[in-house]
Amino acid sequence: MSEPFNPYLPEVATILETVQETHNIMTFRVRFDDEAKMAAFKFGPGQVGQLSAAGIGEATFVINSPPTRMDYLQFSVMRTGEVTAKLHNLVAGDKVGVRAPLGKPFPVEDLKGKDIVFVGGGIGMAPLRTLFLYMLDNRADFGKIRLLYGARSPLDMAFSAELPEWTSRTDIETTLTIDREADGWEHKVGLIPNVLLEMAPKAENCVAITCGPPIMIKFTLEALKKLEFPDEQILTTLEKRMKCGIGICGRCNIGSSYVCVDGPVYTYAQLKALPNEL
Amino acid sequence: MAAVKYISREKLPEWLKALAAERRLLVPVEEGGAVVFRAYDPAKAPVFGSDATAPPKGSVFPASKELFSYTYGKEGEDAKPTLTLDPKTTAEPTVVFGSKPCGARGFLIFDRVYMGKKFPDPYYIAAREATVFVTMACDTVENTCFCHWVGSGPADPAGSDLLLTPVAGGWLVEAVSAKGEPLLASPALTDGAAKAAEAEEVKAKTRAALGEAPDISTSKEALLARFDDMDFWRDQSDKCISCGACTYLCPTCYCFSITDEGSGMSGKRLRSWDACMHFQFTLEASGHNPRPTKAHRLKNRVGHKFSYYPTLHDGLIACCGCGRCVKSCPVSVDIREIVQNAVAKAKA
Ligand SMILES: Cc1cc2nc3c(=O)[nH]c(=O)nc-3n(C[C@H](O)[C@H](O)[C@H](O)COP(=O)(O)OP(=O)(O)OC[C@H]3O[C@@H](n4cnc5c(N)ncnc54)[C@H](O)[C@@H]3O)c2cc1C
Ligand code: SF4
Ligand code: SF4
Ligand code: FES
Repeated sequence: MSEPFNPYLPEVATILETVQETHNIMTFRVRFDDEAKMAAFKFGPGQVGQLSAAGIGEATFVINSPPTRMDYLQFSVMRTGEVTAKLHNLVAGDKVGVRAPLGKPFPVEDLKGKDIVFVGGGIGMAPLRTLFLYMLDNRADFGKIRLLYGARSPLDMAFSAELPEWTSRTDIETTLTIDREADGWEHKVGLIPNVLLEMAPKAENCVAITCGPPIMIKFTLEALKKLEFPDEQILTTLEKRMKCGIGICGRCNIGSSYVCVDGPVYTYAQLKALPNEL
Repeated sequence: MAAVKYISREKLPEWLKALAAERRLLVPVEEGGAVVFRAYDPAKAPVFGSDATAPPKGSVFPASKELFSYTYGKEGEDAKPTLTLDPKTTAEPTVVFGSKPCGARGFLIFDRVYMGKKFPDPYYIAAREATVFVTMACDTVENTCFCHWVGSGPADPAGSDLLLTPVAGGWLVEAVSAKGEPLLASPALTDGAAKAAEAEEVKAKTRAALGEAPDISTSKEALLARFDDMDFWRDQSDKCISCGACTYLCPTCYCFSITDEGSGMSGKRLRSWDACMHFQFTLEASGHNPRPTKAHRLKNRVGHKFSYYPTLHDGLIACCGCGRCVKSCPVSVDIREIVQNAVAKAKA
């Protein structure tokens, strides 16, 4: 008799490569050791995984590679506490555990045919990256695609290896911004919400997708309202403290919505309908 | 319907010994001034009179449970790292003997969450299936009991497998689930038909002793209506010292944390009881905490039990009215008052 599915048991995976993105963000590219499971693995952009190293513990990260590129699953980890600090010590060849996919993905089907404006701040670019690349890999399915990505300084910008491609492609419009002037910076300077107002995307047939630190989200939402984006046309992904990721441990609820299973992707309209506890 | 049986006080140890011979038998015993469920020891008399200080929650959901053990190794000429994970989902056959109905009913609340369709929890399911509840209906009530407010009562069979009702000289024994029936086969039990009427009287008398229940059927909406009223919650939580005793002693509090414990190349991943009354429970990496004060946290504890859970689970209230949190709170925070206050405010 086969064992029942155990949602707490991670898939053992091997780190193929690590990339030091910024002084505190490290990217891990991993593959399951069980090739059959890797081949069968399916997820949607925006779904997350619990990444762990046995003895170190687990933490939640979005799978920021797109489902259209399955050579590896990519996680980008900002060092903030115990687990993330220890994950940063891992190197290629080391074993990790992955529990994925968890949560709900972006409503990709609903986005088809729409114009899209991505607004990402700092590590908040990670959950946008998976959907952004998915859209690039299915470019014809979507309308105009714009990306506004901001960080404190050039050195705080993750995914820098990809930025030249993103800014030079002609079928998308990429705007990069940093908070304050810096030597050699050729892009925008200014806070994300202000740059967004300058860009002034038209709300008609357009969906705004945003993720970043709480303060940035707050002002970005205000900017989107000024630009007359309806609540239903704003998507964001939430970060709540999580443990189980499967709706059981009772940690991540906002009223009766469990971010780990009902989210982390919500429309602004859905968020407004929930009790106010972000 | 299985025949009703009777067990006399004198014969009870014989039955307990027989049960203990075949599996783990947990009974309420006194320990350090509290009554807690422990493995049966014939030398130590169980305490069946009053409700146990701690419910038998740990029988199916231990305070700390190994999810799996892990071992790192090296293999091959180039000493490639390996990682082996070894989960143990099996559970020991267990009888929980002598819980009050509220203690067993707690697992009904767990079942909806741990035996859900999307992610059934194999550890919980194995333990739940391996555990039989021999529950004792109450013949006395305490002023902290309010099971009758939440759709339960002093002879509630929900969550139990056998129900024992105190009668003169012993207990009437009824099977209330198919799982309980095999336990009736013990020769220590005799026919109970003659005692059935007396047992019904005990049940009715105990239920009557609880009196009328106030109408809290609007608790779902009433608590949501108070969500942004932090003055209300500051008021209700004023005395709370965030000790978490209410959650650890609660038969329906099911939250947990996951942590790793190990040294060198091996160790284990554990899941352990956690408490939403603690600041750290929802503290995020950025330092942001969506529930920064005890008022926010008490709001969640009460809101979860009387609003969010029933919203998700067909109106079932995630509190069995055992009154443990009321009795054991060092500063007398009373969940009954909080719910009633919210309901009253919504009506006003
Ligand atoms: C849906 C989701 C997606 C996420 N995606 C990413 C990502 O792609 N990249 C990334 O770098 N981070 C991401 N995070 C945040 C990441 O999970 C936390 O930074 C991480 O768990 C911190 O773990 P730690 O053990 O290092 O911190 P700890 O040592 O546990 O504690 C440091 C602080 O982190 C808090 N914390 C612990 N777990 C979480 C958590 N899951 N969310 C928020 N705070 C937490 C603790 O309360 C504490 O205050 C995501 C979180 C969620 C919920
Ligand atoms: S037992 Fe009382 S003081 Fe302790 S956390 Fe619960 S309500 Fe607060
Ligand atoms: S909330 Fe209090 S009264 Fe209700 S089940 Fe838990 S401990 Fe018992
Ligand atoms: S993380 Fe456990 S319930 Fe959501």
